[in-house]
Amino acid sequence: MSLKLLKLPLQVVIAGCLSTALSAQADVKVGVAGPFTGPNATYGAQYWKGASQAVADINAAGGIKGEKIVLVQGDDACEPKQAVAVANRLVDESKVSAVVGHFCSSSTMPASEVYDEAGVLTITPGSTNPKITERDMKGMFRMCGRDDQQGTVAANYMLDVLKAKKIVVIHDKDTYGQGLADATKAALEKRGTKEVLYEGLSRGEKDFNALVTKIGSLKPDVVYFGGCHPEAGPLVRQMREQGVQAKFFSGDCIVTQEMVTAAGGPQYTNGVLMTFGNDPRTLAAGKSVIEKFRAGGFEPEGYTLYAYASIQAIAAAYNGAGKDNEKASEWLKSHSVDTVMGKKAWDGKGDLKVSDYVVYKWDDKGKYHQL
Amino acid sequence: MEAFFLQQLINGLTLGAVYGLIAIGYTMVYGIIGMINFAHGEVYMISAYLCAIGLALLSYFGIHSFPLLIFGTLIFTIVVTGVYGWTIERIAYRPLRNSTRLAPLISAIGMSLILQNYAQISQGPNQQGIPTLLTGVLRFEVGDGVVQITWTKVFILAAALAGMALLTWIIQYTRLGRICRATQQDRKMASILGINTDRVISLVFVIGAAMAGLAGVLVTMNYGTFDFYAGFIIGIKAFTAAVLGGIGSLPGAMLGGLLLGIAEAQFAGMVNSDYKDVFSFALLVVILIFRPQGLLGRPLVTKV
Repeated sequence: MSLKLLKLPLQVVIAGCLSTALSAQADVKVGVAGPFTGPNATYGAQYWKGASQAVADINAAGGIKGEKIVLVQGDDACEPKQAVAVANRLVDESKVSAVVGHFCSSSTMPASEVYDEAGVLTITPGSTNPKITERDMKGMFRMCGRDDQQGTVAANYMLDVLKAKKIVVIHDKDTYGQGLADATKAALEKRGTKEVLYEGLSRGEKDFNALVTKIGSLKPDVVYFGGCHPEAGPLVRQMREQGVQAKFFSGDCIVTQEMVTAAGGPQYTNGVLMTFGNDPRTLAAGKSVIEKFRAGGFEPEGYTLYAYASIQAIAAAYNGAGKDNEKASEWLKSHSVDTVMGKKAWDGKGDLKVSDYVVYKWDDKGKYHQL
Repeated sequence: MEAFFLQQLINGLTLGAVYGLIAIGYTMVYGIIGMINFAHGEVYMISAYLCAIGLALLSYFGIHSFPLLIFGTLIFTIVVTGVYGWTIERIAYRPLRNSTRLAPLISAIGMSLILQNYAQISQGPNQQGIPTLLTGVLRFEVGDGVVQITWTKVFILAAALAGMALLTWIIQYTRLGRICRATQQDRKMASILGINTDRVISLVFVIGAAMAGLAGVLVTMNYGTFDFYAGFIIGIKAFTAAVLGGIGSLPGAMLGGLLLGIAEAQFAGMVNSDYKDVFSFALLVVILIFRPQGLLGRPLVTKV
């Protein structure tokens, strides 16, 4: 406890010194925005680790045409209101030229309006809500897939592999969670399967027993949950405690070891299924980078490498088209970038040309594996 | 169908018992100094962390049997949470005792933010968890279905009822309780009769915090997970329970808590869990229209 207390102010001081010392030179300022506090802070930490490592590597290799990249942190706590405030601060005060962020789709949506107006190049490593790239924003890109792609993969897996007849769809009433649940529901309906129950729970609560009893009385084969680990953990635990044996299936917001903590142990997460991009740690492209993370005592799980790749894409665009954001956006849409996650290319909307959602399963030791 | 109803009743009772325990803190403080202690939800959150710390300490000293472990953790958490309650009152409310009514309210909101950030900075923003302490399930055949209750929930109900009974006994039958009630009825008169009212107010804060501490241990045992934000929603629900039962009334807080828990569970089970909070607040509005003082509250008498 005391160690942690000490460490944080120290980091802030060091970061503060660094940024004031370096901002005197001409350099490229990039904002990293996401939940650094709040229940989803673990994803913010993944972003920051990934982006920092990318910047260190790129600067060591000469930066962008000799200019160093400097990161500025913006904490939105996954709250839309705070996200707009942070976006304004990054644009007006820190004068960033590009942003890597945000995480929660409900934060990325309003914040990107600010970036769009200011002409800031934005790449979100982890916001999957389809609407994000459907708003004609020239400088909006993502490093991840879309929920309609994710939902289709989940629906096909439930019907083809699990041969599920009765499916319950639960969401957390958030832009991301409900969006994903709706996408999955739509994909199921397209294949002629109607869910037996579609309901929402409240973010921040821990007691879902009443809902679980209701789910149990329907005797479903699969429970699909659109939401994040702080609610997914207790939900799956209470299902198992009440003897509901249905398979638990969720999306890319439970990709963290904290899922096991939130559920109360690997005995509860055993067998949990989720969709996520093809594990970037298995690709040859990132081998040396991943070893750097592990040498520093950090396992680059979840969105760490997505954030790393986002910085690489920004650097590549600025190297290719100069620091003009309009030209850089056009460059990204017409070229492909070699990233830590392999070759990536974007379509006219800013979505990845190839999405690579696959299904993962948690084992009885609290680890997840690609199926 | 009966099994379904009974199961939801059990779900509601365990949830409601916890609301009731936390509501006691709101209602006692309101009863004695007429202010709403908005930092109370955060006291509960702190107690969840203390529970984990207590468990870790005990297992470090080699205590692994369940009764000893839980007993030790309860004592540790309740005592330290009580100290938190006392300190909060001493720092944030006592200096404002004779100022306007709104000053301590703002101070309470500030205190709540301070506690939240304190837990976040000192313990990290991540989800924390404790291992499952008590395993096993009781199952009954009812009609065409099965009703089941985990031993953890049985323990929660028993401990919550014991806590409430003990508190009622203290307030009704001991000297300490008489002093509390006297101060609640008329603070000036009580102090003229030689009661140290400042000390009584501190004591009420300690009792309220201790009950929140008990709730913290029980909830942490049941769900196994908590974070620095855990006190917010449950604090609001407990406050609602206190108002529902009649703020200022001790049995009212318990009744309000149980009623709110059962209403939420039954509505989520029979209608829709999306709107369970809408339902409980609609219930609150209806009850307050017909009984503005809450279910067991004393009506406000205007002294002429």
